[in-house]
Amino acid sequence: MKELSPTEIKDEKLYLDWGLSEQEYESVQRMLGRLPNFTETGLFAAMWSEHCSYKSSKPLLKQFPSKGKRILQGPGEGAGIIDIGDGQAVVFKAESHNHPTAVEPYQGAATGVGGIVRDIFSMGARPIASLNSLHFGEPTDPRTKFLVDQTVAGIGDYGNCMGIPTVGGELTFDDAFKQNPVMNAMCVGLLDVENSQIGAAAGAGNLIYYVGAKTGRDGIQGAIFASAEFSDEKETQRSAVQVGDPFAEKQLMEACLDLIQNHADILVGIQDMGAAGLVSSSAEMGAKAGYGMELNLDLVPQREAGMIPYELMLSESQERMLLCVKKGYGKQVEELFDRYESEAVQIGVVTEDTSYKLYQHGKLVADVPVHTLVDEAPVYTYESKMPERMNEVNNFVPEVTNLNETMEAMLKQPTIASKHEIFERYDSMVQTNTIVAPGSDAAVIRVRGTNKALAMTTDANPRYLYLNPYLGGQIAVSEAARNIVASGGVPIGITDCLNFGKPNDPEVYYELSQATKGMAEACTIFDTPVISGNVSLYNESNKKAIYPTPMVGMVGLIEKQSDITTIDFKNADDLIYLLGTTGNDYNGSEIQKMQEGTISGQFENFDLATEKANQDLVTKAIQAGLVVSAHDLAEGGLAVGLVESVFKHELGFAVAVDLTAAELFSETQSRFILSVKPANKAAFEEIVKENAQLIGQVTAEQDLKISTKDHQEMNLNVGATKTIWKESLAWQLK
Amino acid sequence: MKFAIISFPGSNCEYDLFYLLRDEFQIETVFVDYRETSLPADAKAVLIPGGFSYGDYLRSGAIARFSPIMEAVKEFANNGGLVIGICNGFQILTEAGLLPGALRHNESLNFICKPEPLAVKNNQTSFTNLYDDSETVVFPIAHGEGNYYCDEETLAKLKQNNQIVFTYQDNPNGSVEDIAGIVNEAGNVLGMMPHPERASEAILGGIDGARLFQAMIDSQAVKN
Amino acid sequence: MFNVKIFVTYKESILDPQGEAIKTALHRMDYTNVNQVVQGKYFEMQIKHNGQDINEEVDQICDQLLANVNTESYRFEISELVEG
Repeated sequence: MKELSPTEIKDEKLYLDWGLSEQEYESVQRMLGRLPNFTETGLFAAMWSEHCSYKSSKPLLKQFPSKGKRILQGPGEGAGIIDIGDGQAVVFKAESHNHPTAVEPYQGAATGVGGIVRDIFSMGARPIASLNSLHFGEPTDPRTKFLVDQTVAGIGDYGNCMGIPTVGGELTFDDAFKQNPVMNAMCVGLLDVENSQIGAAAGAGNLIYYVGAKTGRDGIQGAIFASAEFSDEKETQRSAVQVGDPFAEKQLMEACLDLIQNHADILVGIQDMGAAGLVSSSAEMGAKAGYGMELNLDLVPQREAGMIPYELMLSESQERMLLCVKKGYGKQVEELFDRYESEAVQIGVVTEDTSYKLYQHGKLVADVPVHTLVDEAPVYTYESKMPERMNEVNNFVPEVTNLNETMEAMLKQPTIASKHEIFERYDSMVQTNTIVAPGSDAAVIRVRGTNKALAMTTDANPRYLYLNPYLGGQIAVSEAARNIVASGGVPIGITDCLNFGKPNDPEVYYELSQATKGMAEACTIFDTPVISGNVSLYNESNKKAIYPTPMVGMVGLIEKQSDITTIDFKNADDLIYLLGTTGNDYNGSEIQKMQEGTISGQFENFDLATEKANQDLVTKAIQAGLVVSAHDLAEGGLAVGLVESVFKHELGFAVAVDLTAAELFSETQSRFILSVKPANKAAFEEIVKENAQLIGQVTAEQDLKISTKDHQEMNLNVGATKTIWKESLAWQLK
Repeated sequence: MKFAIISFPGSNCEYDLFYLLRDEFQIETVFVDYRETSLPADAKAVLIPGGFSYGDYLRSGAIARFSPIMEAVKEFANNGGLVIGICNGFQILTEAGLLPGALRHNESLNFICKPEPLAVKNNQTSFTNLYDDSETVVFPIAHGEGNYYCDEETLAKLKQNNQIVFTYQDNPNGSVEDIAGIVNEAGNVLGMMPHPERASEAILGGIDGARLFQAMIDSQAVKN
Repeated sequence: MFNVKIFVTYKESILDPQGEAIKTALHRMDYTNVNQVVQGKYFEMQIKHNGQDINEEVDQICDQLLANVNTESYRFEISELVEG
C-alpha cells in the first residue's frame, strides 16, 4: 500500500473511497487546522464509520430506555450489565457479522462469535452461553445451502472450542436475504459484580498493553467495509475477511479473566480490539477517561513485515485486547499472560494532554486530539418516507380444504421445520448448566450455586417488520418477552442488532425509525432496558434492501428453578388451554408465504397492553405452580404450536376449537398454549379467567386430532408427523 | 479421597468434572497443570477432561500427549491407577498409546452434540460395575472426531479381552463395531467419547452417568 | 539448512470422509472422471543441520507427532538450501 501525501489525498479524493464524505473530510481539516496525513485520514474514516460512530442511528437509539433498577451498565461499554442479586450480574451483547458472513461464511461467522465473546470477558464476565440469529435466502438456492452449512460450522467450531455452549438461535429463510444473509451472534456472561471492568485508560504514565495474537493485514477496513454497500468487486471484499483462532482466544480469555479476578488492583481498563482494531480500542479508552495516549507502533506484535501505520491501526486481526495497566506492574502482566502462552507487550503510555500520538521508526506519524476521533463524528438524520407497499390491501384468507395436508405442508416450511440438525452441530451442554437446550421457546441456563436460572432468546420476524416496521418492532421485543415468560422467566433487559438497508434511502430510514420507535415503546412496557447492541446498515445487494431485521436478544431471570417451563406436553389427560384471542391475521404469515409465494398486505392487529396483560397471566400461573407446559404461538399459529408441543414425548391430543380451519394458522400475536393438570383446573381458571379457553386434552393415544367450527377434522399420527417436521429441512439443505 | 483432573491448554470440561465431584460426590478434586511432572501422591484417580487441547490442531490429542504431565499419568496407569479420559481425554489417551486405536473425523464430517443411548458391554470394570450387564444408558456426545478406528487384529484383541465397555445403539459417527468406550487390557484405563459428567444430575436431563463416578469412588474406598 | 516437505494422508485402508465428500462434490460439478480423492496434510519445515542423519530425524518427527501411524502414512522430500 502506497502512502499518499496530504495534498495528494485531497486532490485525488482518496477519502471518498474510504467512506468519508466531502463534508466530513472538511470538518477533519477544520478540527486539525491542517490537512490530515494518510494515517490520520484512515483513522478518521474508521472511527467515523457507521460501525464505530453510529452516526446514522444515534438519534434513533436515543429513544431506547437504557436505565432501570437492575441496570449497572448501559450501552457504551463492551457490553451491558444487569444485576441478578447475590452480588452477581448478567452481561450480554449481540453483534452482527453479515458482510463477512456473506463473503466467507465460515470465517465470517466464526469471527463474529469470537468478537462478541471478547466483548463479554472484557467486562470481567465469564461467558456462559452463546446464541445466534440467522436469516438466509430460500434453502433451495445452492449458494444458500453452502452459506448455511459454512456459517453453522463456523459458529460451532468457534464456540465449541471455546467451551461456551451455543444454546439457542433462530434460523429463517426468505428470498429477501439471498445475497445478504443476516448473521447475528449474542453472548451472555456471568459476572461477580466486584470484578466489573470498563474500557478506559486513565492516569498519566500508566501503561498501554497489547495482548493476544499478532497483527496482520487481515480485516483492514473491516469497519468501513461493514458500512458500505455490497458491490460485485469480490477481490477487494475478500481481503477484508479475518481468520479466527478459537484456541488462541480461549487462552486469551483465561489470561484476561485471571488478571481481572485476581489482580484487579493493577488493571486500569480493558477493551476488545474489535471493529477498527487498534485505533478504536485505544482512542475509545483514552477518550472515555479524558486522557491522551502515545503509541509506538514498532512495538506492536506483527505477523507480516513492512506494515505501514494505516495497516497496523486498522487491521482487524482477531483475538487481541488492549489493556491499561498501572505504572510499574508491566512485568507482572507479562508473566501472567506468558503462563497462558499468550503474548503481552507494552506499546504505549497514557498521557496527561488529550492528544493521540502514534510513532513509527522514531517519527510522529499521527497527532490528533483523541476526542475528535471518538466524540466528534457527525450525526445524521435522513429523509423518511413510508414505503408504498404499506398501502397495499390484501384480504388474503388461506384456503384449507384438507387440514391434514395443510398441516403437513406447513411443517415442511423451512422456517417451521425442525432445526435439530443445525442445533446438534453446536455443543449446547458444555459447562453443564444447560437446563433447557435449543428447540424450546427460550434456552435456560442455571446459575450454579443458587436456585436461580437465566432464560435467553433471540427473536425477530422480518416479515412483520416489512409489512409494518412500527408494529413489527414492538412485536420483536414482545415475542422475545413471550418466549422468556413461557420459559418461566421475567424479562430483565435486551440487546439488539439493527440490520437494515442504507439509511439515505428514505424508505429504509422510515423502516429504521419506525422499528426503533416500536421497540422502544415495547421495552418500556416490559421494563427491559436496552443495555447494548449494534447497528448494521447497508444490508442490500443489487439495490434491494433486506427485510428490516432488528434482532432482539433478551435475557430473563428465573428466581426459582422450579418455575422453569418447557413447551412440551408431559402427561396424558392434562388440559390444553389457548390463552389470548385469535383473529384473521394472515398478512406476513407463514401460510401466506406458503400459499401465495410471498407476503403482502396490511398488518395492523397488535396491542402492547394486551400483550403485557397476557404475559403477566402466564407468569402468575407459572409462579403459582399450575402450568405443566407453555408455548408461545408464532409462525404457523395455533396448529403448528399444538403439534410442536407433542413431539418431544410423542403424546397425542384431542382438541376442538371455536375457530375455522384457516384460523388455526392465523398468526395473531399475544397467544400461548398452556397445559395444566386436571386437578389444577379451578385454580388455573381463577387466574386466567375468560382470557384462556380450554380447547382439549393431551392423550396417551398418539393421534393429533383437531376439529374446527367449519367441520374440518385433522387426524395425524404423531410419529409420522414428527418425521416430516424433523427431516424436511435437512433434506432441503442437502 | 482425592481425584486429580489434568488441565491442558484448551481443555474445557475440567470444571464440569470438578463441580460434579465436589458438589454431588463430595470428593476432593485438584487440577494438575499440564506442565507439572508429577501427580499428587495421594491421588486415587486421574481424569482427563474433554475440550479442545491445543485447539485440536494437527489431530485431536496429538500435541497434548507430549505434555510433561503425561509421563506421570503413564506411570500412574502402569501401576494400576484409575485413569479415565472423556472425549478429548480419550483422544489424548489413544495418542499417548495408553489405549489402542485412534479417533477420526465423524463420518458426517460434522460436530455432533446430542444424548446418545449406549449399551454397557462390560460391567466388570472399576468404572462400570454399578451397571447391569447390557444395560442401556444415555450419555450425551459432543465431538467432531469420535469415529473410533482400530485394525482387525486390535479389534480381535479388544473383543477377546472384553475391553469394549460401551457401544452406541445408533452409531452416530462411524466407529468400528459401534465402539464408544474401551479399557486397556488391565482394565484400569477407560477412554470414552460420550460424557458421563453431562448425565449425572436430574436437572440436566439424566443421571445415568452418576453410577460411573460412584463406581470409581467405591473401588478406591474399598482399597483404603 | 534443509528444506523439508512432508505429506501426511490416511492409509489406504482407512476411510477418508473429507476426501469422499470432495469427490461427491466434484461429481456433482460434473467432474465424473475423478476416481479418487485423498485429502491430506502438508507441512514445510526448515531444519538446521545438527550432525544427525536428516532422513532419520524427519522420520522421527513424522512418526512421533505429525502422523498418527494407526491411521496415517507419511512421506517427505528433503532438499538442501543453499546458504545465502
